Amino acid sequence: MPLALSPTAVPVVVDEAKCIADKGCTVCVDVCPLDVLRISDLTSKAYMKFDECWYCMPCETDCPTGAVTVNIPYLLR
Amino acid sequence: MDDFVDGLSEVTCDVLVIGGGTAGPMAALKAKQKNPALNVVLLEKANVKRSGAISMGMDGLNNAVVPGYATPEQYTKEITIANDGIVDQAPVFKYAARCYDIIQELDRFGIRFQKDANGDFDLKKVHHLGTYVLPMPNGETVKKALYRQLKRERILISNRIMATRLLTAKDGRIAGAVAVNTRTAEFLVLRAKTVILCMGAAGRLGLPHSGYLFGTYENPTNSGDGYAMAYHAGAALANLECYQINPLIKDYNGPACAYVAGPFGAYTANAEGKRFIESDCWSGQMMQEFYNELQSGKGPVFLKLNHLHPDTVGEIADILHRVERPSRGRFHEARGTDYRERMIEMHISEIGFCSGHSASGVFVDEYARTTVSGLYAAGDMASVPHNYMLGAFTNGAVAGEHAAEVAQEIDLPDYDADFVRLERERILAPTRRTDGIPPNQLEYKARRLVNDYLQPPKVTARMQIGQARLAEVREDFDMALVARNAHELLRALEVSSILDCADMAAHASLYRTESRWGLYHNRVDYPEKDDENWFCHTLLRKVDGRMVSEKRAIQPYIVPIETEERTAYERLRVSNQA
Ligand SMILES: Cc1cc2nc3c(=O)[nH]c(=O)nc-3n(C[C@H](O)[C@H](O)[C@H](O)COP(=O)(O)OP(=O)(O)OC[C@H]3O[C@@H](n4cnc5c(N)ncnc54)[C@H](O)[C@@H]3O)c2cc1C
Ligand code: SF4
Ligand code: SF4
Repeated sequence: MPLALSPTAVPVVVDEAKCIADKGCTVCVDVCPLDVLRISDLTSKAYMKFDECWYCMPCETDCPTGAVTVNIPYLLR
Repeated sequence: MDDFVDGLSEVTCDVLVIGGGTAGPMAALKAKQKNPALNVVLLEKANVKRSGAISMGMDGLNNAVVPGYATPEQYTKEITIANDGIVDQAPVFKYAARCYDIIQELDRFGIRFQKDANGDFDLKKVHHLGTYVLPMPNGETVKKALYRQLKRERILISNRIMATRLLTAKDGRIAGAVAVNTRTAEFLVLRAKTVILCMGAAGRLGLPHSGYLFGTYENPTNSGDGYAMAYHAGAALANLECYQINPLIKDYNGPACAYVAGPFGAYTANAEGKRFIESDCWSGQMMQEFYNELQSGKGPVFLKLNHLHPDTVGEIADILHRVERPSRGRFHEARGTDYRERMIEMHISEIGFCSGHSASGVFVDEYARTTVSGLYAAGDMASVPHNYMLGAFTNGAVAGEHAAEVAQEIDLPDYDADFVRLERERILAPTRRTDGIPPNQLEYKARRLVNDYLQPPKVTARMQIGQARLAEVREDFDMALVARNAHELLRALEVSSILDCADMAAHASLYRTESRWGLYHNRVDYPEKDDENWFCHTLLRKVDGRMVSEKRAIQPYIVPIETEERTAYERLRVSNQA
């Protein structure tokens, strides 16, 4: 059975202008309990890679530059 | 990150604590303090800094037994009644007697609790009979404070490691655990003299009504791995049919009324704005009334705050939007719900196992010992009923101290190398396929079947169909599940625990042929409570590879319960409404 790609709108948004992952920050990736954030190889900024979010907010709370915004996943909104 | 790395390493320690949420950090601390010479390892699937139910802190400490407000005898009585009498009182009493020490210790850690003008702890009444809820004005600092203590005691912390199975020695003693790195899929063998399971509730069993897999009441990292591991190691699990089901905001997984807004004058109401239950404190009986109202012409059910002074509502919102589930404010804002103007629609949660909120857990005695020698359990996954966050801390401490005492007396047990080899094969099987069913689809199907067939009201024929359908999903798991990277493997292994828990839920529910604990075990084809045959615990375990259940007598009560007291929780419905 071949796998398809189903698009999904992710709840967590990173403001790339504020994100300092390119200077070595990985705080949001480190703290997320569900481990769904990653640093992009392309942009060197943090982003939500997996749509498996508890909208719990450590990523937003602990980000040193205020780059992260947690929204409520679309299905619940 | 997430690419597969082929690796196998072995670590040896004295005390291994698995799960670094609430009970785990306390267990590790106490083990180390008991004997600083011991090597204590704390293993965590996420990151101890922000893991577990208390990831963002809590607004209040349940259930605090504080001198001047309540006695251990009163508390033991309350919990015995709330749990329909199916309680071994020794662990409950021990908790009640010890928890005041732990509160004071947490206070010294810097987690401050509400105090009155005289500097005494200032508790709120929420429960039906006694007063046990202690507000935490700086509740968001809980995890930071714990983490500082762990660092100070130099506990070895391993983050992003998921335990999958326990190791046992030839004589049945615990010998350690096997685990997987969730970002590389590297395999780890952890040898230990004693092991403490603190892996939280089985929170990803039912599917939330929204259909969002991770919109669960519990932190979804708690996928029931602890229950599955205990089961496969041969430990007994108690009263699993006594599910956890909680009243929540509709579509948002935050709890609401009883513990925070209740003491300010808010309450659970029907569509007419009228109270229909006397006490909003969570219990199976309360959930049954909630469910009845929800299904009735007066439904749905709401949280009512709009009768309160706007400043009071502001005060409640400030607490609700800062700790525990702080994205709650955004949810309501997006829907245009102002607490001051409108009642807030509520609903019931998906099902799960949890002793913190009900009574379904790995069987433990008053020393947090399971039925496997050297294996302990504490917190939501251990069978001490209704013990919430303070129960996790207190019983974590009890487990840590006892496990340290035992570990210093014994040699490191040997483990079965063949078992480790087979487990590694089991774990890596989904990574060897390039084609098949991805974990998210398998999980969705399994949990949808749990909702369709296993959630109450429970019907025998329906649960049996559920068992058959879940067996098909398990076959898919064994034959077709594919994981393309380490993260997908993490999810795949979680599905394995979810399937085990679903099987246990069905088996335990079918075994108890009566109704008890209100909605938690409402068996439609056995509608009556049957004290003559079922005033007992049920224990489920794996014997010769098969799931079996048996009855276990309730230990004689330490605190006697009068006949009229026994039924206090059965009279929750507001009387003029009946
Ligand atoms: C939304 C919500 C609100 C609550 N409100 C209150 C309240 O106001 N007051 C109160 O007293 N109680 C409250 N509770 C209950 C209380 O928080 C819990 O009873 C308590 O925190 C449970 O602690 P625990 O250690 O058992 O589980 P947790 O703190 O959840 O810790 C379990 C840990 O195990 C880890 N883990 C899971 N599987 C594995 C694995 N395979 N390998 C390694 N690690 C693993 C998890 O990542 C997690 O860190 C609330 C609970 C929730 C969910
Ligand atoms: S914590 Fe903030 S700054 Fe750091 S990587 Fe994440 S988004 Fe970027
Ligand atoms: S809200 Fe929670 S689960 Fe979602 S990305 Fe942030 S830390 Fe992770």
